[in-house]
Amino acid sequence: MARNWTIRDLEYWDARIQEKVREFGLECFSQEFEVCDHEQMLGCMAYHGMPAHYPHWSFGKAYEKLKTLYSYGVSGLPYEMVINATPSLAYLMRDNSLCLQILTIAHVYGHNDFFRNNFTFRNTRPELAISHFKLRADRVRRYVEDPSIGQQRVEEILDAAHALSLQCRRDTAIRKLSRNEQRERALVDAIPPRDPYAGIHKPREYHAPDLNKLPLEPEEDILLFIAEYQPYIGEWQKDLLRIVHDESQYFIPQIETKIMNEGWASYWHHQIMNSLELPEDLHLEFLIHHNQVVRSHPGGLNPYYLGFKLWEDIRRRYDNVQPSGAAEHPIVSDRREKIFEVRETDRDVSFLRRFLTEQLMREMDLFEYRHEQGQMVISQISDTDHWESVRDSLLRNVGMATVPVIRIVDADFDHNRVLLLRHEHDGRDLQREYLEKTLGYVYRLWGRQVLLETTISGKRVTFSCNNGGFGEIKPEAAERRQQYD
Amino acid sequence: MTGSLFRSYSESDALRSDRSAGDRLRHRQKVREAIRENVADIVAEESIIGQSRDKIIKVPIRGVREYHFIFGEESPGVGSGQGDSQPGQVIAETEGAQSGGKAGSQPGVDYYETEITLEELADIMFEDLELPDMERKKLREVPVESLRKRKGFRRVGVRAHLDKRRTAMARIRRKLAAHAHPASELGAGRFPFHRDDLKYRHIVRDLRFQSNAVVLCIMDTSGSMETMKKYLARSFFFLLYQFVRTRYNNVQVVFIAHDAQAREVNEEEFFTKGGSGGTIISSGYQKALEIIKERFHPSLWNVYAFHCSDGDNWSQDNPAALRAAQELAEVCNLFGYGEIKPLNSGSYGDTLLELFEKIEATNFHALMIENKEDIWPGFKQLLLRERAAETVDYP
Repeated sequence: MARNWTIRDLEYWDARIQEKVREFGLECFSQEFEVCDHEQMLGCMAYHGMPAHYPHWSFGKAYEKLKTLYSYGVSGLPYEMVINATPSLAYLMRDNSLCLQILTIAHVYGHNDFFRNNFTFRNTRPELAISHFKLRADRVRRYVEDPSIGQQRVEEILDAAHALSLQCRRDTAIRKLSRNEQRERALVDAIPPRDPYAGIHKPREYHAPDLNKLPLEPEEDILLFIAEYQPYIGEWQKDLLRIVHDESQYFIPQIETKIMNEGWASYWHHQIMNSLELPEDLHLEFLIHHNQVVRSHPGGLNPYYLGFKLWEDIRRRYDNVQPSGAAEHPIVSDRREKIFEVRETDRDVSFLRRFLTEQLMREMDLFEYRHEQGQMVISQISDTDHWESVRDSLLRNVGMATVPVIRIVDADFDHNRVLLLRHEHDGRDLQREYLEKTLGYVYRLWGRQVLLETTISGKRVTFSCNNGGFGEIKPEAAERRQQYD
Repeated sequence: MTGSLFRSYSESDALRSDRSAGDRLRHRQKVREAIRENVADIVAEESIIGQSRDKIIKVPIRGVREYHFIFGEESPGVGSGQGDSQPGQVIAETEGAQSGGKAGSQPGVDYYETEITLEELADIMFEDLELPDMERKKLREVPVESLRKRKGFRRVGVRAHLDKRRTAMARIRRKLAAHAHPASELGAGRFPFHRDDLKYRHIVRDLRFQSNAVVLCIMDTSGSMETMKKYLARSFFFLLYQFVRTRYNNVQVVFIAHDAQAREVNEEEFFTKGGSGGTIISSGYQKALEIIKERFHPSLWNVYAFHCSDGDNWSQDNPAALRAAQELAEVCNLFGYGEIKPLNSGSYGDTLLELFEKIEATNFHALMIENKEDIWPGFKQLLLRERAAETVDYP
């Protein structure tokens, strides 16, 4: 496609878009745009958009995969890529038409506003994001170049750490208690509650809590825990674990708000573009692109589509107040206030739970499917009896709900420094092969036997991984554990 | 908020910024490693046997998957439809369900495969293998012409070999020398190249000498060798043949097929033609000895003989076979015998393994092939580079 724009055009349209952005009440970080070609875009995508990132073969794999998909035309490239940083950094594709560039710029401001205002991003420290990534990259490179460490050993740690990178606390908005605070809480919890019928009840005994237990409360940050309590791990290894942990902390808010974020940006680019009074040819082109972006992907789920629909619906419902909406939700006077409030206080799970109505689900024809004998078969559709259960299924398939919750229960199980993990089973079994390999990685980092309690097909099972390999633990061992408890 | 900053595209940045090059390289190395680990599985796939070297094969890779804790496929997902979705409707086939008989039982999550040519695969497979105990047979080293190599510079040559840098240096040298001479008539103006300045790269053919070697493939094609056995034997020889062709420029291969009689055949016949009749193994060995005597005298040639059979020999031939085998072991650098006994082949028949235990020569190796998974380990065991050292340590 021949380029029909210059940087000057972009600057002109950017100024006009910013006017609208202010008019609509979006609050953005300052914004920087970088024009790049498709190779650079692929490179950016492989490294999560970061200008500097530590090296690891998995990014090479990601690049090859993206490139293959792109060159076989399976998937196109995104029109843009935005980084949650301040100033926010966005990439524009050199080969896009003027209309697409305008659309993209408007879209970028939507993301920018979302990054700045949504509560999940509070602790991501966008002002330091890019330099943090650069510093981490420098550190990892230094370890790789250090002759006493080298690429192989760095890779061993990074491979294992990547496998566990999402095994961490999901809710970064809630402060993590320090060990001392956990201790205090354990002491308070151990005191029997006041019993108003103390006279007729047998008084409850006071059981002193074991304050040396490690961890005091089940721990989700597996990488951090290993970095802190594995006694034989070196400083550089600890550092690598923390690097991987910090990166995933930075990206978790984006995982948690994918639908809201994309919907929000699409909603605002739609608003902005419609208010810009574009020349007719640009406007028509815009409509085509917009409809492509927010169209439904039959069989799959397009987050742009879902998010866009929801935001539109919220605005419609809280704009002309309807009885059904009013009964469930407080009426807000300013129609815009509600969506601004929601963009600040929700994440995908709560957003969908609160605002995805039966009517919307019917409209989008959402259904639940299951895998049966090599086929994906629809099990429930959004009718009166089942829409809630389809919605609940959806809630389990967004954000961090797709990652199993696995907690460290005991780091000195059997008084033998065995690491005991527990999978908080929510009705979904773990995939066996992946479990085996990932547990192997935990063992590699922990250096002693690792146990994982989970439920497979309704039966409690404990898997073990040590230098003898992977296996299921016999019931006697599990009983012994109960005695120990 | 003020005007946003736009950084325009610059070509030079784009050229320098192939940032993923290092990681891509590392990823490819990992793929190669993964293939090497899975070679036994790949070889066991029937599809590669007897294929041309350019054939592209798909190789499943496990090593480069990135594992996490994930949910199994039993957990339901949610999708959107076009308004006509009904319970029970099939929306898609799960990936990988089409391949193999055990469809759907194993999740196809992140199923990863790569494509390589058989030739590349052979390179990877045969990396640490070699024909053992290759000796330099002094008398007839065959010159092997390998790549051309550079050998200094000359004043004459073809234009394409002109070394511009050296030519320019020669001119500068001459210029400085000329100006150092005040008597020189040369002015300060143009100082053109002279014929003497021209330097051409001199390129010669690199002649190297390699020891002679011949590989004798002896296969039992008698009636008792039913399809499965023949398939296993051919797989073994196919590997051997590919190996020799990949690793050695100048190794001769002789194919001998035998039932009650032995005859020399060509490659195509060896790998494709069937046979019938009784089994007289000594006939194959005699034929091999005959060929060695006529064309590949052991003082001049490194001789390697490999024989595959189901061991179901005509019992009266056994003493003769043993004698011939001993004789072969004497003249060969390595004599390998593979006994093909598929696990459920019914008629188990006799075995020659016991008989051949009497052969004391250290360069005789017998192995048992029970199924196609045994082929690669057995093959490797025969030709592993370290094996030579081991036999010295524990004779």
